[in-house]
Amino acid sequence: MKVLVAVKRVVDYNVKVRPKADGSDVDIANVKMSINPFCEIAVEEAVRLKEKGVASEIVVVSMGPKQCQEQIRTALALGADRGIHVETDAELQPLAVAKCLNALVAKESPELVIMGKQSIDGDNNQTGQMLGALSGLPQGTFASEVNVADGKVAVTREVDGGLQTVSLSLPAIVTTDLRLNEPRYAKLPDIMKAKRKPVENVSPEDLGVDVAPRTKTLKVEPPAQRQAGIKVSDVSELVEKLKNEAKVI
Amino acid sequence: MFDIDATRPASPFYQESHQQWREQLRKFVDREIMPHINDWEESGELPDSLWHKAADMGLLQQGYPEAFGGISEGIDNFHMIVTAQELARCGAGGLYATLLVHGIALPPVVHYASDATRDAVIPAVLDGRAHISLAITEPGGGSDVANLRTRAVADGDDWIVSGEKTYITGGMRANWFTTAVRTGEDGLEGISLLLIPADANGVSRTPLDKKQGWWCSDTATIHFDEVRVPATNLVGEVNRGFIPIVHNFNHERLAIAASCIEYARVCLQDAIDWAAERVTFGRPLSKRQVIRHKFAEMLQRINASQAYLELCAWQDMHLQLKPADVALLKVQATQTMEYCAREAMQVIGGASYIRGCRVERIYREVRVNAIGGGSEEIMRDLAVRQLGI
Ligand SMILES: Cc1cc2nc3c(=O)[nH]c(=O)nc-3n(C[C@H](O)[C@H](O)[C@H](O)COP(=O)(O)OP(=O)(O)OC[C@H]3O[C@@H](n4cnc5c(N)ncnc54)[C@H](O)[C@@H]3O)c2cc1C
Repeated sequence: MKVLVAVKRVVDYNVKVRPKADGSDVDIANVKMSINPFCEIAVEEAVRLKEKGVASEIVVVSMGPKQCQEQIRTALALGADRGIHVETDAELQPLAVAKCLNALVAKESPELVIMGKQSIDGDNNQTGQMLGALSGLPQGTFASEVNVADGKVAVTREVDGGLQTVSLSLPAIVTTDLRLNEPRYAKLPDIMKAKRKPVENVSPEDLGVDVAPRTKTLKVEPPAQRQAGIKVSDVSELVEKLKNEAKVI
Repeated sequence: MFDIDATRPASPFYQESHQQWREQLRKFVDREIMPHINDWEESGELPDSLWHKAADMGLLQQGYPEAFGGISEGIDNFHMIVTAQELARCGAGGLYATLLVHGIALPPVVHYASDATRDAVIPAVLDGRAHISLAITEPGGGSDVANLRTRAVADGDDWIVSGEKTYITGGMRANWFTTAVRTGEDGLEGISLLLIPADANGVSRTPLDKKQGWWCSDTATIHFDEVRVPATNLVGEVNRGFIPIVHNFNHERLAIAASCIEYARVCLQDAIDWAAERVTFGRPLSKRQVIRHKFAEMLQRINASQAYLELCAWQDMHLQLKPADVALLKVQATQTMEYCAREAMQVIGGASYIRGCRVERIYREVRVNAIGGGSEEIMRDLAVRQLGI
């Protein structure tokens, strides 16, 4: 079974970003970039499927500038077999990414596509669902458990108020939630070996996709600064303030 | 938390695999070491499982020949720097010194021992099953290696060894000692290197478990009482032991320098984080010019030391690294560590005097770095002599 995994290059989760001075965007010059944590979980799940003998090949794909190679290499070090880099310096919005993925699904015919439920930069939570719509493949989003058997994948989903299990016939799309697994760290020998794994370079044009943005960011500004709090001396003062100042009780 | 990584100047020496190794090793340290290091320090030992996890990660094998289970293809000094510095983030030098003590004891075996010895020792050490320590220093002195007194006398096909080694890192756990012994005349030309199995008759050891720092490290005194060692355990040639001993000095000192610079960086990080939170006289400490200038000066020294380190590491790969440079680098690094540990303690105040704080530990570990692996005085002397000054 071939598995296609999408990984996105995003600002590392430890970095505190700031808006650019002109308010046009978030300033990500010279900040640390990593694989989106949800995508890392997707890679891990694919590698586990391969270790179980369920998956036979893992193809990892990333879209964006030249430096996305780094995230592809990390995924290769974690256990993916080969990479595809859809290289472009254009701004990529979820629909454009979903269209590129759809073209790759047509080309590669994977039986399973695993991707993060969202990326921690845009937090859009759209790409997996859009790919489902474009490709006509069934989708199991927010997965906390994935079981492949008999041409089907059972996906346990984290939904409001509990868990829901859906059964999809393959090929299918799964998007990962945080509790699906705990990603491993890549070992030194695997990092060194990953250098030799093949990475194919294509452009959105090669895939016949127009990536032009459909939405426009008007302004990016920091959240309002919070006022410093005060200390109350006792419970009765707290209650008094909640009643009369905050008017919440 | 202040992003200390943002203070590292961009460096041309790190390629993709170095960055990846840093990222992955950081996760390993955060998950496998950080949550336990205080306990390991307090209990005075590291668990065996740490060696197995480190071997699984490729940490132990890094830089050793693939034929013996090592990982060498594409590995260079900058992977080594990343390893030293990421492990240093736990702020307990005993961990790096002990987990990777084979970094000083094994290279002589790799380069100078017989094939049979190499087959018996290297793979076992690299997969974390067995341990090896370097035994040079004696109660009678460490700096003056040429005067060591542990004696090996030829007896048929064996050597009979008597004497004592002390301050030996990993000494309680070691299965072998790469040992400097006197086989000939007085002076450097009478010294040989011999691999002594710890379970040989006549070997005994005493733990040195009351130390200023490096608490998780098993330091020991080793006694040799007429220990019979086969001649095939000789590492290098008879009376030419200084060749394998000196062979590894540059790497040992690069590694010590790399870790000391990172201990300094940890001090800076913890001081900055503390100062941002601590309010005195109505304002955060981090707003006081006196305190801010401390940060500037710490960083200035850290970055200068790191630049020197990277130039030395590069020279070692592409030209020939002058012992004078690596000697001065080591002094630069230990003094930077000393300065930053002091300044960070001043910034943090009383809290830095209480155990469990990284800065408290690092402060206690300054001297072992400034004395071991070639003391500051010996390093300076070597540098000026070597430069013909
Ligand atoms: C925790 C720890 C772990 C260690 N691990 C190991 C190990 O694994 N293997 C090992 O072999 N050794 C190890 N050592 C020993 C270490 O290498 C020695 O302590 C070091 O070489 C210094 O030797 P010494 O302590 O005998 O001091 P000495 O050589 O007696 O020197 C004492 C002082 O005099 C200075 N000095 C010496 N000669 C001169 C001179 N000519 N001019 C001016 N000043 C001079 C020195 O700089 C030093 O400040 C370890 C030490 C410690 C503390």
